[in-house]
Amino acid sequence: MIVQLNGERAELPDGATVADAVKVVGIDGERRGVAVAVDGEVVRTADWERTPLTDRQAVEVVRAVQGG
Amino acid sequence: MASQQVAPSSEVTGEQAAGFELGGRTWGSRLIVGTGGFRSLDAMERALVASGAEIVTVALRRVDPTAKGSALELIDRLGKFALPNTAGCYTARDAVRTARLAREAFETDWIKLEVIGDDRTLFPDAVELIDAAETLVDEGFVVLPYTNDDPILARRLEDAGCAAVMPLGSPIGSGMGIANPYNLQIIVERAAVPVILDAGVGTASDAAMAMELGCGGVLLSSSVARAKDPKLMARAMREAVEAGYAARRAGRIPRKLHAQASTPEEGLPDLE
Repeated sequence: MIVQLNGERAELPDGATVADAVKVVGIDGERRGVAVAVDGEVVRTADWERTPLTDRQAVEVVRAVQGG
Repeated sequence: MASQQVAPSSEVTGEQAAGFELGGRTWGSRLIVGTGGFRSLDAMERALVASGAEIVTVALRRVDPTAKGSALELIDRLGKFALPNTAGCYTARDAVRTARLAREAFETDWIKLEVIGDDRTLFPDAVELIDAAETLVDEGFVVLPYTNDDPILARRLEDAGCAAVMPLGSPIGSGMGIANPYNLQIIVERAAVPVILDAGVGTASDAAMAMELGCGGVLLSSSVARAKDPKLMARAMREAVEAGYAARRAGRIPRKLHAQASTPEEGLPDLE
């Protein structure tokens, strides 16, 4: 399937979950300071593994950065 | 400025420095420091320690796999409370979504709400700000809104249930200080929630003045992060906030046009 992952086109295997998308952007195991929205809705961290993605969804994976 | 009166209020008069009540918690420091703009994580660490601040702000951005070091790890290691912001949001919708992401990322209901109108002034968009504040309060957030120095807007934000109001002194990052102390005074005068000066601080006297005007705290970022010596400026800000708060409680003398001798005139020898 094709999703928009942090604004870029990304190909993920069918059945991929939010947790898989998080790994693709380079986060391995880190949870604190990381959050995910799919089509604008937050997916709870506890639900990443069991939330499947579907074709053409927009996935945003964000992380804490320095800011005022 | 010359006619400005800073009347001591009974609530803040008294020798005993009170803890800072904000969002249902009591804090030891009235200085909140932003983490943006530091030249390195080392510089940030030294400045955060020197500031004595307990609350420090952080932002959320798309994951950058090339980013080095983790600001959040450092903040956690220093035992500071990471207050997420919605910096860069232009609409209530974006700000609300960012706040929800922040709640998940940081496991906190606290949010520094910023909804800006354009990237030239970074002034808040009042209409979107109120809209976002109402939604977030409904969702159980402790909302700390960055706002204009507009007493009516401040009142509306308080009425919406915000835990504080955070008026700007002057534009973000401008270092122009408190452009309209009279408005700030009017906001302080009627607010039942803490007023935190947010944005515009350039140097220590600006932070002291905010406290003298009756602010409950000061939030600053660029003035420390972009100073030649951030650690030293952080210490200066800490002392300025403490000095300004003490001066406010001490009750300043009224301003007068003419002199009033501090040395008694009786008993002067006749030296003619």
